[in-house]
Amino acid sequence: MSAAPALTPRPARVALVGAPNTGKTTLFNALTGSSARVGNYPGVTVERREGTLIGSDAGVQILDLPGTYALHGETPDEQVVTHVLAGDQAGEGRPDALVVVVDATTLRRGLALVREALDRGLPTLVVATMIDEVKARGGRFDPLSLSRLLGVHVVGVVGHRGVGLEPLRRFLEDSASWSRATVPPRVGAVDRFAWVDGVCDELALDDLRPDTRTDRLDRVLLHPVVGIAVFAAVMVLLFQSIFAWAVPAMDAIDAGFAEFGRWSREVLPPGLLTDLWADGILAGVGSVLIFLPQILILFTFLHFLQDVGYMARAAFVIDRVMGWVGLQGRSFVPLLSCYACAVPGIMAARTIASPRERLATILVSPFMTCSARLPVYTLLIAAFVPATAVFGMLGLQGLVMLGLYLLGAFTAFASAALLNKTLLRGSVSVFYMELPPYRLPMPRLLLRQVWQSAVAFLKRAGTIILVASIVLWGLLTFPSAPIDPSLTPSQQASADLEASVAGRVGHAMEPAIAPLGFDWKVGVGLLASLAAREVIVATLAQIYAVGEQDDFGGLRTALVNDVDPRTGERAFTLPTALSLLVFFVFALQCTSTVAIMARETGSWRWPALAFGYMLGLAWLGSFVTYHVARALV
Amino acid sequence: MKMKTNFNKGIPLSRFETGRPGRVCPPAAGEEIPARLQDLGFVPGTCLVIRRRAPLGDPVEIELRGYRLCLRTDQLGSVRVEVDE
Repeated sequence: MSAAPALTPRPARVALVGAPNTGKTTLFNALTGSSARVGNYPGVTVERREGTLIGSDAGVQILDLPGTYALHGETPDEQVVTHVLAGDQAGEGRPDALVVVVDATTLRRGLALVREALDRGLPTLVVATMIDEVKARGGRFDPLSLSRLLGVHVVGVVGHRGVGLEPLRRFLEDSASWSRATVPPRVGAVDRFAWVDGVCDELALDDLRPDTRTDRLDRVLLHPVVGIAVFAAVMVLLFQSIFAWAVPAMDAIDAGFAEFGRWSREVLPPGLLTDLWADGILAGVGSVLIFLPQILILFTFLHFLQDVGYMARAAFVIDRVMGWVGLQGRSFVPLLSCYACAVPGIMAARTIASPRERLATILVSPFMTCSARLPVYTLLIAAFVPATAVFGMLGLQGLVMLGLYLLGAFTAFASAALLNKTLLRGSVSVFYMELPPYRLPMPRLLLRQVWQSAVAFLKRAGTIILVASIVLWGLLTFPSAPIDPSLTPSQQASADLEASVAGRVGHAMEPAIAPLGFDWKVGVGLLASLAAREVIVATLAQIYAVGEQDDFGGLRTALVNDVDPRTGERAFTLPTALSLLVFFVFALQCTSTVAIMARETGSWRWPALAFGYMLGLAWLGSFVTYHVARALV
Repeated sequence: MKMKTNFNKGIPLSRFETGRPGRVCPPAAGEEIPARLQDLGFVPGTCLVIRRRAPLGDPVEIELRGYRLCLRTDQLGSVRVEVDE
């Protein structure tokens, strides 16, 4: 390096490498604090975290690479690690030095990765985590002997308690002085593990007592009967929390945005800009922020289950069932989360290590009945399904609702099986998953992870949804109908909507949707629901000119009494309602889901495929439903 | 079972007894332990024990090299193990 004295030298960049469950991310958070920046590597869906070392005058940069068991792997995560270390990852310079994080309780496995990392020829430091557990289990951790055998410095830490972090910080400030490996490279797993076993034997390492806490807990939590009961209980609790506990906060956000919109209308002069602000931007931002309570609760739950070690056990219990349709145990929780909302569900699919199963999970996620479908289901069922009792005590309305949920779940699983036999055929990845020891997570670190996930969600989904809601607002607004003083304001709004681009498209759509029993009004509702499913309720309210959007009873009556001007018959009948319900079970009408799918799969190809597939299925399903229902009713 | 006439050492891990200490054997001629399993530590000479089966019968939990790993039974046929006395 021949930097001119006038230039400040570029701060050193140190990469953290380590296997999953070694405490690498805990260590990263402890070292970088709130400076961590979370993003994605360009072109791939691998998360990239970088931060500045706390208290570093030189501004040392720490790059947290994805967890990996080997440096020659095939998954996107592993390939990013391989490429970054070789210096050929697009947009990412080769790090100046390498920290290999290894769990001190499992050196007989972890040192293989250390061995591979040493062979990269970068200045290297080995950080052994969980040294408190080594001591608790009757072993001893001897960094000096290990250091002598590895040829590089070894620092022992307890990441979440801050033990050993001070010496580690001093090392990190001076990565240029770290040594490179002097031992000859070992090629191939057999050779590497032979070397590992040699090192471990020399250190006489195999004197750890078994982890009795994990053994005792697993005897209960993985018990053939109790284990399944606990699994079911945890899932019910998760479901309950994202469904019920989030609702008050979601209602508050919804009401807050509605109130803010009303207030804006009072304060701002009436006009297009105010309409754009209140109906386009505020409504759009509100439609994103409303997911935040669910996301926060879900991610607190997920991170807790993950950190405590139960997530892997839950996947272990349910893997068999998921395997029937080509998914895996880890797919279960993301799919369950989709009952609240597909957006956090698709984000939760990041916990699935193998790319193939992760993609399959993401693609079938939108079939799970999300909470945005509920207002639509409630409206149509209340309006058209008679509130009679069947089989004595069960209400028909409730049964129809249950049927819609089951239809969605069944279609998700059938589609996963179909994907498994078609697009994702072959390439069955080896399913492996570590069952880490049970550990109590630190609340502070847990909350930080939740916060990072929430911010990532807002940034990723927010921008795209904002643009989409502004565009949709334009389509539903322009051009407006001539002002007719004889109309009431709500009738005028209805006329404006019919004259708008969306209204015209609704009319133009009629040939395509008439076979499903839908007229142009439903067509406009369907168009508007492309932004988010529940929007159709507000749009129908606008078209039917019932005035206040939340006048639920009014809209219900208007739908039932609507008469087709040409035939004089009821326009909206039970077959139409059932057809529309089935359409909503299948169709992917959700900008947020499409956007998050594109982000998470790294391409627009997959959301486009999902959209087309689901739209086709929706059309077919509605067509069959409409005609069967007409024949029967 | 123990008096097998073919000269392959050990039996496939998929048929190995739960709770019994075992040791990975060199693969039979023409066979290979999948690379991913090797990276996870399944190399000849490694001691392991099948801790348990999942409540629904599959996958299985295997302890080796001081950690616990969950694998599906159908992936274990290529790993041969013998009883570790």
